[in-house]
Amino acid sequence: MDKYQINHLKELEAESIFVIREVAAQFENPVMLFSGGKDSIVMFYLALKAFYPAKVPFPLMHIDTGHNFQETLDYRDKLMESTGTKCIVRYVQDSIDKGRATEETGYNASRNKLQTVTLLDAIEELKFDAAMGGGRRDEEKARAKERFFSHRDEFGQWDPKNQRPELWNLFNGNKNMGEHFRVFPISNWTEMDVWQYIYMEDIELPSLYYTHQREVFERDGVIMATAPFMKLRENEKPKIMSVRCRTIGDITCTGLTLSTANSLEDIILEVASSRVTERGGRADDKRSDAAMEDRKKEGYF
Amino acid sequence: MSGKDTGYLNMELLRFTTAGSVDDGKSTLIGRLLYDSKAIFEDQMEAIERASARLGGEQVNLALLTDGLRAEREQGITIDVAYRYFATPKRKFIIADTPGHLQYTRNMVTGASTANAAIILIDARHGVLEQTRRHAYIASLLQIPHLIICVNKMDLVGYKQEVFEQISSDFDAVASKLSVKDVRFVPISALEGDNVVTRSEKMAWYQGPTLLYILENIHIGSDINRDDFRFPVQYVIRPQSKDWPDYRGYAGRVASGVVAVGDKVLVLPSGFTSSVKSIDLYKDSLQRAFAPQSLTITLEDDIDISRGDMIIKEVNGIPPRVEQNIDMMICWFNEKPMVPGGKYGLKHTTTEVRCVVKDVQYKMDINKLDKEFNDLTVRMNDIARISLRTTKPIFIDAYKTNRMTGSVILIDEGTNETVAAGMIL
Repeated sequence: MDKYQINHLKELEAESIFVIREVAAQFENPVMLFSGGKDSIVMFYLALKAFYPAKVPFPLMHIDTGHNFQETLDYRDKLMESTGTKCIVRYVQDSIDKGRATEETGYNASRNKLQTVTLLDAIEELKFDAAMGGGRRDEEKARAKERFFSHRDEFGQWDPKNQRPELWNLFNGNKNMGEHFRVFPISNWTEMDVWQYIYMEDIELPSLYYTHQREVFERDGVIMATAPFMKLRENEKPKIMSVRCRTIGDITCTGLTLSTANSLEDIILEVASSRVTERGGRADDKRSDAAMEDRKKEGYF
Repeated sequence: MSGKDTGYLNMELLRFTTAGSVDDGKSTLIGRLLYDSKAIFEDQMEAIERASARLGGEQVNLALLTDGLRAEREQGITIDVAYRYFATPKRKFIIADTPGHLQYTRNMVTGASTANAAIILIDARHGVLEQTRRHAYIASLLQIPHLIICVNKMDLVGYKQEVFEQISSDFDAVASKLSVKDVRFVPISALEGDNVVTRSEKMAWYQGPTLLYILENIHIGSDINRDDFRFPVQYVIRPQSKDWPDYRGYAGRVASGVVAVGDKVLVLPSGFTSSVKSIDLYKDSLQRAFAPQSLTITLEDDIDISRGDMIIKEVNGIPPRVEQNIDMMICWFNEKPMVPGGKYGLKHTTTEVRCVVKDVQYKMDINKLDKEFNDLTVRMNDIARISLRTTKPIFIDAYKTNRMTGSVILIDEGTNETVAAGMIL
């Protein structure tokens, strides 16, 4: 590498910091969505870097399905306190109680899709004009077509066939009243980049990402955590296993990986040798070939 | 695994674009690169096996990996720019996969804007076609530093050397009329995997490297302008906190060149001078800053600087032009044609101004590489040379010498859509 070259992680970092600063400069009332997963943790860390020594000039928002791992919530509260950041929380349960969303029933019931209602309501209520998310293009094929600055109409919908072309470093956040943008600062990162960056920068993660003993059961070949709201079938027997999360969604749709990885080095080796994608364990994507595209059009993250 | 400072963390990033249509086997080529470099996972493979079977294909269709939207999978075409990622131990790659048909020129331009390299696919049975000229022209217009011409489907022409050489010399004739610097040719079969990742045994006459070897080894260090320091101020950081009462930092991404602590700098448009006090990135203080780093610069003197201003070096290098009347090549993106005399928003680095279109000099027939002077209505996917006037001066360089300070986008003031990309002359 030449004297004036930076490695791929530093280049991705520079690109993401540029995008986050562009959001702060172009929008009046932006928000950063935070789930407690590794991608949103890295995105928030990049925001800290972008404005240091000033505080992050926008709040975070967590859409809480009520089906979170407790470890995620503890981690979130600690991180907000140590960095002096405001985190708004909106609950899917409130949307259900108000009749804005209808709870799914059955064994595979998930509140994953209902988050969209809560999110769009919160954006309207709090008048956010840009919501940053930790989506990555390598996650899923519909996301591969997503822009950094993704325009949403007044109904919060995405029109994948009519997206604004995005060239060079020039991001067009101009919009009409009532419209908003979704912005994806870490669009160009892969799962491996995220892990390598966490390692390079020594970023603390929720304990769920490391191996731990947990009560689990198997469904359609996927290992899932038990919880009071998880309905088990006859043949699904809870047992204790050594597992870790490769990705964290809510409990109902997060597949766990059998793993003994208890350090970032172990995790990176495990990711490098893995033969399934991290979303391979996500029940929400398996619903159909275009499951993600359909959810995104409606206004999902 | 080795330590944090060595080995696998120190990879370079190469962005490349692929131009070509489905018929040229472009999606198959990308599928092949991902597959042979083991970037495809089992669940993705299962998903495309399921989809291939449903669509009635005999073989597993590697093209299905890249066609992300439902409409594309159903119609078997690529209608937008899709981004793909893979890595080898040497480099991490970002592919901007763009459709090659005429009606998608705008997508090709978009994908090309950030690319270090372009792969242009030519079907060995058909040779250099109009679309090849179009792809080469766009690569030249967007100043992609490296072109790799893949003569594909060599299996269908009996792996004959003469076919490859004829096509290479035909392409050289096209390239000689354009402004392209580095052109390489590789005979491949994406379907069979010849010379993509592994060397072909059927083309012993070809002594050159495989496509992946080229992608891994092209020298990209000098793709960025290292001579002229340009720092468009993006955001002013003023904590005004107890710990940092007087901190005033100018945040941004270095567009080109290098600056070091202590260097004398000049601020545009005010013309004030000062020197660099510190270069900060989070809790680290750096000695120098260079493109494409994002960082924060503090200056010795308290001067009024805001977003849209530009910090340059006081000495060394050529200063940017400070102009209001600007000539540029544009690619039009919108269904609504350009309005002569029309007013548009214009974004350049971190500045946004308004502009009025003064004149259309010519349109470019990008299939024949001829200038068109009669029909001057600029429609979607057209490329034209225009003059415009901005409401206030902006700090520009020619796109040829600086991709970051030589590029603009035009915005429709009614719909807010991005309607054109401009390369300053």
